[in-house]
Amino acid sequence: MNVRRILAAIALTLALAGAAHAVEPGEMLKDPALEARARALSTELRCMVCQNQSIDDSEAPLAADIRVLLRERLTAGDSDKQVIDYLVSRYGEFILLKPPFNWDTLILWAVPPLVLVAGGLAAFVGYRRRQPAAPKPLNKAEQEALERLLSQGP
Amino acid sequence: MISELGHFALVLAFGLALIQGIVPFIGALRDDARLQAVAAPAALTQFLLIGLSFAALAHAYIVSDFSVLNVAENSNSALPLLYKVTGVWSNHEGSMLLWVLILALFGALVAAFGNNLPDKLKALVLSVQAWIAAAFLLFILATSNPFLRLDNPPLEGQSLNPVLEDIGLAIHPPLLYLGYVGCSISFAFAIAALIEGRIDAAWARWARPWTLAAWMFLTVGIAMGSYWAYYTLGWGGFWFWDPVENASLMPWLAATALLHSALVMEKRDALKIWTILLAILAFSLSLVGTFLVRSGVLTSVHSFASDPTRGVFILVILCVFIGGAFTLFAWRAGTLAPGGLFAPISREGALVLNNILLSAAAATVIVGTLYPLALETLTGIKISVGAPFFNLTFVPLVVPLLIIVPFGPMLAWKRGDLYAAGQRLMLAFGVTLFVTIVAADIAGVPSVFSIFGVWMALWLVGGALSEIAFRIKLGTAPLGESWRRAVGLPRSAYGTALAHAGLGLTVLGIIVATTWGTESIRAMKPGDTETLSGYDLTLVGFTENHGPAYNETDVHFDVRRGGTLVGTMEPSKRTYTDLQTSTSQAALKTTWLSQLYISIGDIATDGTTTVRSYWKPLVTLTWLGAIVMALGGLMSLSDRRLRVGVPKASRRREQAAGVPVE
Repeated sequence: MNVRRILAAIALTLALAGAAHAVEPGEMLKDPALEARARALSTELRCMVCQNQSIDDSEAPLAADIRVLLRERLTAGDSDKQVIDYLVSRYGEFILLKPPFNWDTLILWAVPPLVLVAGGLAAFVGYRRRQPAAPKPLNKAEQEALERLLSQGP
Repeated sequence: MISELGHFALVLAFGLALIQGIVPFIGALRDDARLQAVAAPAALTQFLLIGLSFAALAHAYIVSDFSVLNVAENSNSALPLLYKVTGVWSNHEGSMLLWVLILALFGALVAAFGNNLPDKLKALVLSVQAWIAAAFLLFILATSNPFLRLDNPPLEGQSLNPVLEDIGLAIHPPLLYLGYVGCSISFAFAIAALIEGRIDAAWARWARPWTLAAWMFLTVGIAMGSYWAYYTLGWGGFWFWDPVENASLMPWLAATALLHSALVMEKRDALKIWTILLAILAFSLSLVGTFLVRSGVLTSVHSFASDPTRGVFILVILCVFIGGAFTLFAWRAGTLAPGGLFAPISREGALVLNNILLSAAAATVIVGTLYPLALETLTGIKISVGAPFFNLTFVPLVVPLLIIVPFGPMLAWKRGDLYAAGQRLMLAFGVTLFVTIVAADIAGVPSVFSIFGVWMALWLVGGALSEIAFRIKLGTAPLGESWRRAVGLPRSAYGTALAHAGLGLTVLGIIVATTWGTESIRAMKPGDTETLSGYDLTLVGFTENHGPAYNETDVHFDVRRGGTLVGTMEPSKRTYTDLQTSTSQAALKTTWLSQLYISIGDIATDGTTTVRSYWKPLVTLTWLGAIVMALGGLMSLSDRRLRVGVPKASRRREQAAGVPVE
């Protein structure tokens, strides 16, 4: 079933014969805290020319460019949010592996909780409907008959 | 000539599938036993014909008959025999032929071993199977014929394809197809039940083993694909939330839910309508998976639109079967009588909760996979849905599910006692908590979630052990008594425990490897040493090898721990001369359940190499757990009660032994 990915991998390797893997030692920042932030951000960003790979995993030149760009912004003192905003303004929301919550993605984000709630409701309704109906209270004649029987004693 | 025979056999199989789809169906509607009797021999013959066709294609591959277009495009005479054979399904046409072969195999199995099925149900099941077969045979014949000839056959096939020469990849598709197509049996059973308007506990007993078998193959197939990605792609990840992976995860989640709800139906005659719906859903998702992978829609919505023949054809099959099944369901589901009653706190109640959470998880994967495609098709807006989305949505649904798993088997049917179930699990809770704290003390705490994850994984294993201990009265009865109970305990009980424990092992592998694992990425020259989680990796040097179609550079590493040499590792880089392609082969060193992983990048002229090394503690449990889950399925499948034709004698003996028939 991974044939598609293989084909993509082949296409990729063909296009970049000899290219190296994802993050390169040369790209990494000296400051370990900053580098850790860069790595964390990288996993949230898509390599746009690849099939569903983050720029952290991808060996495509574009991914390398974005990795370098991202680190430049971080070194310049940007916050994580500023870096993301900058990259979105440059490449569009397609770069975000976690799509933003807006009208276009409402259904996407709403489906998991809705299915959960709907499932719970369906189970509850099904359970209530299955309950045997509660016995009706006795009517007047029955009540009198019962009292008569009880008053007779043993 | 042989290829033409294969093509001819395929056409015959299509004709026969039409007959098998129509004649027994009319027979079932008219209660005509003679017409119904057509189904079984037709199913067996159909398997024979498609088998013949597949053998013809395999023959063309083995003798490297490059006058067949499919062989010329996908094989090479220099390939080892094994990869010539697996090459048959490494391409679109061949893999679709394998798909229908497996479909026919399942049909033939029902025909041959379904002697205990009522004749009418059997005729209807085989007839529904035949409709599916006819649709896909027509698809192959019309759009994906593997037997097309070339006017000017080339002397040699396409160059060797390095990625396809991999044993993991070679057996991964057939396993997944067995799982996908196995779901068609429960689908056929569901459709047959809807047509008949009759469904009871016996139905679940007949349909469940097939679902179980399909589920086992899916489990192993997914695990295998994950391991393949792990050692091939070179950065040590094993699940990417890629649409292709999601395509196999969706039917797995639905099949898991189906297994559990069919259990309720079998034991308590309840949840009938829901079980039917899940059976339809599981196969529908298998079809969606086939569509996603086979239509090219994943690579790009636009490439799908520019060459739509195949994609549109599968889409039509998809709509006809899924739409038809749901219409039938909406029309007939009301006629199915509701069954047994149960309290919310009961085994049934726990299984309903399991089903709600699994369905929500499946819906998350479905929407995450299909929504970007739908949005782009409808509005042109491109969005990406990747791991961060699923971590936020899928994980919170699965965590509560995993926590309640041990409670389910501890609750009684109909009306359970949550307090008593909790008491029975106290020991497991205490022990797993203690082990987690000790482990955290030794290994350190990367994050609260990772510690919680470890406890959750151990809890699943502990819960499974507790269930067996409870059922054999370990500790509360004399040892001899427990032993007798252990021997008499039905295999399905062991199957459940194994599957749940296997799930725990998988979770443990994932959590520990991802949160305690370490990595290093650096440039190294011969003589350099990198230290990773207590291992010293020294780059010793290089050797050049010349393979049949490639040049290979092996990079030698000495692995030391505390100064003593514990092994060597040789990751390598291959350059395929014909293809101008290079691939990197990672080196793995397994110590107990953990692995060291080294992969290399380019080697500069001065010998400087980019080396990525990873320490992956307990990572092998990720896949071993899946194998344990599948073994649990196998154990349950071998249970006497599910075996064909022997239920009577066994039930008497089990009752005599005083063991409740589970």
